[in-house]
Amino acid sequence: MRLLKLVPDTTNIQFLKWRNVAIIISIILTVASITLTATRGLNFGVDFAGGQMIQATFTEDAEAPVVQLREDIAGLGIEGASIQRFGDENQVSIRMRVTEGADDDPEIANQVSTQVTQMMQANYEGVRIDSVDSVSGKVSDELFRAGALALGLAMVAISLYIWLRFEWQFGVGALFALFHDVALTFGFFALTQLEFNLNIVAALLTIIGYSLNDTIVVYDRIRENLRKYRKMEIVPLLDLSVNETLARTVMTSLTMVFALVVLIWVGPDLLFGFTAAMLLGIFIGTYSSVYMAAPILIWLKVGPDTFVPEEASGGQKIHKEGYGR
Amino acid sequence: MNDFPAWKVWLLTALLVVGVLLAIPSLLNEEQRSYIPDFLPQPTINLGLDLSGGVHILLEAQTEEFEEQRLQTMADRIEDAMNDQDPRIEIGDISRSGGRITFTVRDEAQLDDAMERVRAETQPVGFTGQRDFSVENEDSLRVVVTPTQAGTDEAINNAVATATEVVRTRIDELGTREPTIIRQGAERIVVQVPGLDSPESLMSLLGRTASLEFRMVNYEADPNMALACQAPIGSAALPYADQDEGVGCVIVQRRVMVSGDQLVNAQQGFDQRTGEVTVNLTFDGPGGRAFGRVTQENVGRPFAIILDGEVLSAPNINEPILGGNAQITGSFSVQSANELAIALRSGRLPVELAVIEDRTVGAEIGEEGVRLGGLAGLIATVTVMTFMFVTYGRFGIYSNIALALNLFLILAIMAMLDATLTLPGIAGFVLTVGAAVDANVLINERIREEQRRGRKVIDAIQTGYKEASRAIFDANITNFIGGALMFSFGSGPVRGFAVVLVVGIITSVFTAVTITRMMVSVWIKNKRPKELVV
Repeated sequence: MRLLKLVPDTTNIQFLKWRNVAIIISIILTVASITLTATRGLNFGVDFAGGQMIQATFTEDAEAPVVQLREDIAGLGIEGASIQRFGDENQVSIRMRVTEGADDDPEIANQVSTQVTQMMQANYEGVRIDSVDSVSGKVSDELFRAGALALGLAMVAISLYIWLRFEWQFGVGALFALFHDVALTFGFFALTQLEFNLNIVAALLTIIGYSLNDTIVVYDRIRENLRKYRKMEIVPLLDLSVNETLARTVMTSLTMVFALVVLIWVGPDLLFGFTAAMLLGIFIGTYSSVYMAAPILIWLKVGPDTFVPEEASGGQKIHKEGYGR
Repeated sequence: MNDFPAWKVWLLTALLVVGVLLAIPSLLNEEQRSYIPDFLPQPTINLGLDLSGGVHILLEAQTEEFEEQRLQTMADRIEDAMNDQDPRIEIGDISRSGGRITFTVRDEAQLDDAMERVRAETQPVGFTGQRDFSVENEDSLRVVVTPTQAGTDEAINNAVATATEVVRTRIDELGTREPTIIRQGAERIVVQVPGLDSPESLMSLLGRTASLEFRMVNYEADPNMALACQAPIGSAALPYADQDEGVGCVIVQRRVMVSGDQLVNAQQGFDQRTGEVTVNLTFDGPGGRAFGRVTQENVGRPFAIILDGEVLSAPNINEPILGGNAQITGSFSVQSANELAIALRSGRLPVELAVIEDRTVGAEIGEEGVRLGGLAGLIATVTVMTFMFVTYGRFGIYSNIALALNLFLILAIMAMLDATLTLPGIAGFVLTVGAAVDANVLINERIREEQRRGRKVIDAIQTGYKEASRAIFDANITNFIGGALMFSFGSGPVRGFAVVLVVGIITSVFTAVTITRMMVSVWIKNKRPKELVV
């Protein structure tokens, strides 16, 4: 049986030739993302901004009466509610910001959503309230802090681990690659104004994990080749390592992309932002492990001697038997 | 390849069979599960509220008000201690400001005695030797009573513990199935009730302090003061519960005749004469006797029924109320009377609770999540499996068997851990399908590579597994770190995702590395292939 081979055995692409161009593009994109996030801001969901979100389906109508609904809610004396269709034509989401002074009195916030759901049930036949979220400013601040903390800690812990398992240059490289991935994802959310909520933080952490996966597979091969081909120049050695792992990279990325496309296609609308972030993360993560994580090793002067002292002094013992055959 | 002697193969196979069997109850519905004999363990995975529908509420104790109240209670006790004991100690007005109580003693000779009496009212805190209030002398005749941090912390801790129990009783009374009530940190309580239709009634029930009091109305007070809601000394002006503003207040005596703490039962009922909805109360012995005595002495005079600081009604006492039973009316509906009865039965909340987060998910949307998520998982699995098969042939089949086993094992472990599956958790499952084969891809690609370098079949497989294991190990550890952090710092949906991720990392390394290797080694042992197509 002839098996499918996505990457021919003889593949030898000189990825690193484009490293200077790539790094300039990356810097531009990263700076643009940070600027965009800082100026335009993220569209925080109720998890992080507080307030109420009501999602409802008009089961008997083909289309949700958004205009009518807007008037009705304004009629209740609630200002600044944003009403949008999401998912199917007959589904709406209603967002209301935290009202002034609601931080001190959470009951007020709850009354607002109760008022709106009761009005909807009274005025519209066949309306189905799918979900009501009400988060006070206090809780949303905490959730935000916890999310930021988890993200920051994950990046530091992961870089430390790589430093311990490889060398400090690799830890620095991984950290830069991670920072790049996270910044670009933020930029994407600032650009599209897709809702940024707790699920997206989970997506970000998974992107970090995935990107790391890729980086580690490449790093592992670089380490191996540094020992195997002691005379080789660093740039061709990096190219060789990337090429040797390319089949795996393509294959794994493809299976992940399949899984995620399916999730976007049939999965619940609630998960759209989450899945979109992950899908983007796959591409950014793969790119960054080749064009951020690898070239940094050149600039940090990684060479065949980087690992040798360790080898001689008995460090890295666990994997010693794997080499030199 | 002697890594897998027969006993090891049997052991691993047995382990996998147990794993799959433990996963099966979670895939069946309730009716199908009833056919499983009872002696078998039947762990089932919990569905999160986003999948089963229901209400998640985060309650927070209003500690500022609680501390104010505690200070007021202490001030009252100080006043009583000065007046009721012999000899009486003359003091100036007790003032309560800046979180402390101050008063001045008129006669210097009584200062020490006064301080001693106040000290007698304080309580020790735990085994620390500290007391809950500190009593100090300031500016010759002034006494300052300040709550200590340890005392305040303990009082809040006790109040929240009691409140948690009260909340539990109230929700149990509602008859909902499988509610979860967990205390979180010092001041919070999480309530999760699956499949509840009307979160409003639940919230109004939980937000109610249910402090019920009967006090005599101060009928000698000036009616103008009642209109202006001002109270003479020794009385309190309380607003009506149900009436429009501007009708003024009811002036009641400060002393409480009977309070809700003395209730033994409360039931919703109907007035036999008028047909009005009522709440029927039964007092304990001392409460019933106190009620009887006061009503006997005050026939023809009004008393007030006060709930959470508002007057429900102020009827005249037509005849002495003896025997410990009473009935209260006050424009109730059957539902609201029932809620009040439940609240009264379960006791007073020692501290007011505010809803600071509330998330309600409809049952339909939950079912839709399960259906679409399941479908997505199925399509993803089939696609990835096809892909693995056409790429790696025999080794792809091994990977696919490992992948399927992996999914079963995740379910089994989650069911055994009593973990909760959420909507992002389903996404985690779908993602695991994509990521789990990564280990096999790494191994298979490596075997291809070693073959190209001219290694023989067995050697290529062995080297492939060994060399790939290093990257697999490192990659999974870093992912594990991310997952563990997500679990520790995340809440709700993020946690649900992290659980699947972390469990999935462990099981996927086991199935993708150990189990495929076992299958490969069994195949090699039986067939002794000369050629290898990977």
